[in-house]
Amino acid sequence: MGVAKYIKDEKDAVKEVIYQSGMRVKPVYTPEDLEEVGFSYEEDLGEPGEYPFTRSLHPQGYRSRAWTTRQYTGFGTPEETNKRFKYMISHGQTGLNVAFDLPTQMGYDSDSPSALGEVGRVGMAVDSLRDFEIAFKDIPLDRIGSGLTINAVASIMLAMYQALAEKRSYPKERISATPQNDILKEMIGRGAWIFPVEDAVRLVGDSIEYSMAELPRCNPVSICGYHIRESGATPAQEIACAFGIARAYIADVSDRGIDPDAFVGRFSFNFNVFGNLWEQIAKFRAARKLWAKMLKEDYGVTDKKKLFLRGLFGGGGSGLTKAQPENNIMRSAFYALGAALSGAQTTALCSFDEAYTIPTPRAALLSLRTLEILMEEVGLRDTVDPLAGSYFIETLTRQMEDKILEEMKEIQDVGGMVSAVSKGYIQRKVARQAYEFEKGLQEGEYIKVGFNKYADEGEDQPDVDLHQYNEAWADEQVARLRSLRRERDINAVKTALKALEQAAQQKQNVMPHLVECCRAYATVGEMAGVFREVFGEWQEPQLF
Amino acid sequence: MNNRTIRILVAKPGLDGHDKGAKIVALALRDAGMEVIYTGLHQQIEQIINTAIQESVDIIGLSIMSGAHMPICKKIVQDMQAEGLDDVKVVVGGVIPFQDIAGLKEAGIDGVYPGGTPFEEIIEDIQSIVSGAYTSPA
Repeated sequence: MGVAKYIKDEKDAVKEVIYQSGMRVKPVYTPEDLEEVGFSYEEDLGEPGEYPFTRSLHPQGYRSRAWTTRQYTGFGTPEETNKRFKYMISHGQTGLNVAFDLPTQMGYDSDSPSALGEVGRVGMAVDSLRDFEIAFKDIPLDRIGSGLTINAVASIMLAMYQALAEKRSYPKERISATPQNDILKEMIGRGAWIFPVEDAVRLVGDSIEYSMAELPRCNPVSICGYHIRESGATPAQEIACAFGIARAYIADVSDRGIDPDAFVGRFSFNFNVFGNLWEQIAKFRAARKLWAKMLKEDYGVTDKKKLFLRGLFGGGGSGLTKAQPENNIMRSAFYALGAALSGAQTTALCSFDEAYTIPTPRAALLSLRTLEILMEEVGLRDTVDPLAGSYFIETLTRQMEDKILEEMKEIQDVGGMVSAVSKGYIQRKVARQAYEFEKGLQEGEYIKVGFNKYADEGEDQPDVDLHQYNEAWADEQVARLRSLRRERDINAVKTALKALEQAAQQKQNVMPHLVECCRAYATVGEMAGVFREVFGEWQEPQLF
Repeated sequence: MNNRTIRILVAKPGLDGHDKGAKIVALALRDAGMEVIYTGLHQQIEQIINTAIQESVDIIGLSIMSGAHMPICKKIVQDMQAEGLDDVKVVVGGVIPFQDIAGLKEAGIDGVYPGGTPFEEIIEDIQSIVSGAYTSPA
């Protein structure tokens, strides 16, 4: 996915280049192209660190600070995950991004019948605050920020992180958590949703409102174009959908009488880098500009810092292949280059074995080293937005802006993201696009090296050391959960859950009650169970 | 040869929410002329079996991306046998290591299509499985 369509003649000369977002690319760009699009340094770019931030959020870019590296990490028990956190940090990783297992993501305890076979499989099992205490042991919460890749129960995990900070005597004003907390993208393309759309969006709003007041260094949402692109969206649609989602969350909070100016500065994004290099770079430069413009013109935000499109631009999984997996090391290096040339604040890569399962320490380390080499050795810190002024890149950036705006208009025309997602409009569209791409790949219209060109003969499976799932982790986790239930003050838990239920029923902000529940060692299943009772579960719209 | 249209239930069992593969294959099977019912996410095995019965499908296609294919497949085959659904076939696709294919077939799965399997192969295989022309190894 994500590669351009190349139409070649019989001599392998490239006659046509068509990007996924729709642009046709010429063989040569000149100053005339800039004239044609009416390019102006002041209007289109501005100085780095100045509105509209096309070149960079900060005047000195990576000269002031290298990017933050946050490899997605977590599996098995909290002990196993703590070990891997420390391993990655010891090798130079500067931030955490926590992977949770599916029962946790879906609000089930590790001993729930629904959890069978899944405890600790795709991420760490977390049942209560006790698990967070183990997972984050020895991690300095005032110096390392934690991404929490959690969505349907993000409010619960954010509350649990605060409760953890309290236990470890960190003031809550000093901790930095970034729960992903983007439920609309789950409904489009990641699938870890639980509650109906309206209630789910209100939970996002609750965490934003709460975080504004109580957790000033936290980023309560990380709006994800990433997964929407993985699901089949073009790069331009990725940005358009993310901005549409942002509008929906802004609306939920501003409908409470709160000025967007007060909270939008802490929004963050999670975007995808794979496929065509230039298309990605143009996409990010255009996105920075359009986000700042949108906030200023549509929401009246003026404070410079609040106009920043802060993002994790990460290497996309769908670019990688199962065949000849070591090729993925090189692919990811090129994606990381794209992220660096785009000025990503934070970055991460899928590891080369991730088409098979979650990464081994060696594979994760190779990803981290890729990111370090870019910053330390080959010159990506040298100067801000090095491609600025390129006839090609500036023309492409302007074209990408137009495409993104077109896609945003389509979303507005179908009633905005909440409506589009509730009715399945976006889901059907991206699924159809993903299918068309896959067909094109199978028919040789798109090339993936090692897969449909330069592929290996025969069915020989690559010799890759893989991460092994250990069933003992599930037993250990369940044992810990059972002893927790015996040891905690059950009355405190019941009282806290009751208050949570009332807040949920009365549509009051649930966050303070969740913090109380976490302090009392209520379990994820218990807290999510309250929400399931009160809100029910979403019924997906039909695919066809 | 049976020329009746094949009815297939494409199902997402368990907690895994990665449905791109399921949706892509559902669209491909529909384009190939099959009647496709897609369950959506988070289906319990019992729900899948009930839907298969209600919809009178010839075959169930499971899509599993989380690595939990072994326990899920074993259970569904067991439960279907208990319900007497011997005439409904089961195939599975998703993130499935090559070395697990034999074990899945031994457990009673009629076809295994790890990610990247060409559409034609899946379509032809399903056609021969349903028409009974397919014989599993003893």
